[in-house]
Amino acid sequence: MDVSSFLVQSLNSVQYGFLLFLVASGLTLIFGILGVINLAHGSFFMIGAYLAHWLALKTGNLFVAIALALPLSFLLGLAVERLAIGFLYARDHLYQVLLTYGLILIFNELQRILWGNDVHGVPVPALLSASIPLTEAQSYPLYRFFISIACIGVAAAMYVVIHRTKLGMLIRAGAANREMVELLGFGVKRLYALVFALGAALTAFAGMLSAPVNSVYPGMGEHILIISFVVVVIGGLGSIQGAFVGAMLIGFVDTFGKVFLPEAASLSVYAFMAAVLLWRPQGLFGARPA
Amino acid sequence: MRPIPRSLLGILLVIVALLAVFPQFVERYYVQLATKIIVMAIFAMSLDLLVGYTRLVSLGHAAFFGLAGYALAVLQRDLGLVSLWTTLPLTLVVCALAALLVGALAIRTSGIYFIMVTLAIAQMLYYFANDTKALGGSDGMFLATKPTAELFGVAIFDLKNRTTFYYFALAALVASFLVARMVLASLFGRAIDAVRCNEPRARALGFTTWHYKLAMFTIAGTVAGLAGYVGAAQDGIVNPAFLSWHQSGQALVIVILGGMGTLYGPVAGAFVLIVLEDVAAGITEHWLLFIGVFVIAVVLLLPRGIASLPLGDFAGRLFGRGARKRAAAEPGDD
Repeated sequence: MDVSSFLVQSLNSVQYGFLLFLVASGLTLIFGILGVINLAHGSFFMIGAYLAHWLALKTGNLFVAIALALPLSFLLGLAVERLAIGFLYARDHLYQVLLTYGLILIFNELQRILWGNDVHGVPVPALLSASIPLTEAQSYPLYRFFISIACIGVAAAMYVVIHRTKLGMLIRAGAANREMVELLGFGVKRLYALVFALGAALTAFAGMLSAPVNSVYPGMGEHILIISFVVVVIGGLGSIQGAFVGAMLIGFVDTFGKVFLPEAASLSVYAFMAAVLLWRPQGLFGARPA
Repeated sequence: MRPIPRSLLGILLVIVALLAVFPQFVERYYVQLATKIIVMAIFAMSLDLLVGYTRLVSLGHAAFFGLAGYALAVLQRDLGLVSLWTTLPLTLVVCALAALLVGALAIRTSGIYFIMVTLAIAQMLYYFANDTKALGGSDGMFLATKPTAELFGVAIFDLKNRTTFYYFALAALVASFLVARMVLASLFGRAIDAVRCNEPRARALGFTTWHYKLAMFTIAGTVAGLAGYVGAAQDGIVNPAFLSWHQSGQALVIVILGGMGTLYGPVAGAFVLIVLEDVAAGITEHWLLFIGVFVIAVVLLLPRGIASLPLGDFAGRLFGRGARKRAAAEPGDD
């Protein structure tokens, strides 16, 4: 592998890592604060991608589509929290798994009813369709850079919100000790709904961004869900920092696994997870021993 | 382990008797549907050993179900083994070893991690089967023939006959049920009870709880392997769907729907869910929508499953045995 293709693969790894981070951070936030394991998290990724596809087709512009789809997915997250997840805070994880499994069946079927079983491509916006030449033979598509930059922007905004605002303070406090926040008189119900909807919107945003690169297809939500489980298990559940490190590690392991071991590409991330678990069962940044 | 209430025992025996004569009276399609229900019942019962009796919520139980199917296919194709007496024990050994290995890794974690890790490991097998050409990739593998049941050169029964196959599956279900009861009634089963109710205390009493959980995981994986063996032999094909997490999710739904920690609950759950799926699929192509709504309704409205419905009371009144008094006197589970 020469230097320039190494560079291209590294950029791909980072870009994939950032997308995974958006999905996994939503998952880990929802678990850390609401104490809920949300299998339907991947469905929001799928819904984001399909909304981007559909609205881009209607409006002719991906950016307008994203601007419209973001509030929609936030509202959808709010609705799901109020109508389903909200009943489960006091219940065992087992029931959370089942209820969110039922949600997946519903979302998948709605997707089939609304958009059918076909794979749809989403055109890269003309503004970003160029490629950056690296050497005579290799170039890097501008849109992939855009994904990374957008993700960095979101990650930075998340950092500021979590560490510099009152909402962030509540989120951190809620993650550390939910009962105490409640006892101090803060409206935990509203905080929960807000965090769930934000997590849903983050994941949907990742789906929208990735739609032009990966196209949209049935079952895309489940694939990303299971990979983000792997990310979260590696990073440590409830830790945003862990989600970031886990996402980047998986980004690299997956991308370079496909280059060096193409026949075992889909196994590499799981083998990596098994190795991490043998070493640290609670994940790299997991606070309590599991 | 709680004994089966005597009034329910009556119901169970009646059901088994009905199941035994059932194929004589119905069309072939329903015999096949019933066989499918039995396969899912065995599979869900094995998961109940983990979820209901050990509080290990696995979302990757299909790994052993599918592994058994692939083991049977590979034994047939590559080793030329067709006899039930060789392929079944070998398949079960493969599943037991796999469960031991997976369990050793997964049981290092607990709670929500355990759910995710079992899911991820099952998914790894799924992709392995899906991407390996030697295993037929996404098309899966065909089984050239049903397992043969010859003893000293004489065919005792012929699994190519659908009704015979149904009885074979029914025997596997009854055997799994009895083995599971035996395991749970043993001293080992008592220790598992202790691990479920209060693991730190069990550990303080000197039990290496890790070993007990791993042993239970292995037993459950082996029984799931039996279900997979019967399922693959019935379908005549094994494909990655056998390993998919929808298979695991469906089994979990069945366990909760039927009532976990009962063994007979999952059998009832399998019956209700598979029949419901069959009916819904006959009405609309988008039947999964109904199943999704149904699953959510069960979680919200019937968290302890069909087994928590006062069927025992009902049967007691029917047979006049005062089951209500006995049910009231029974100690609670946790």
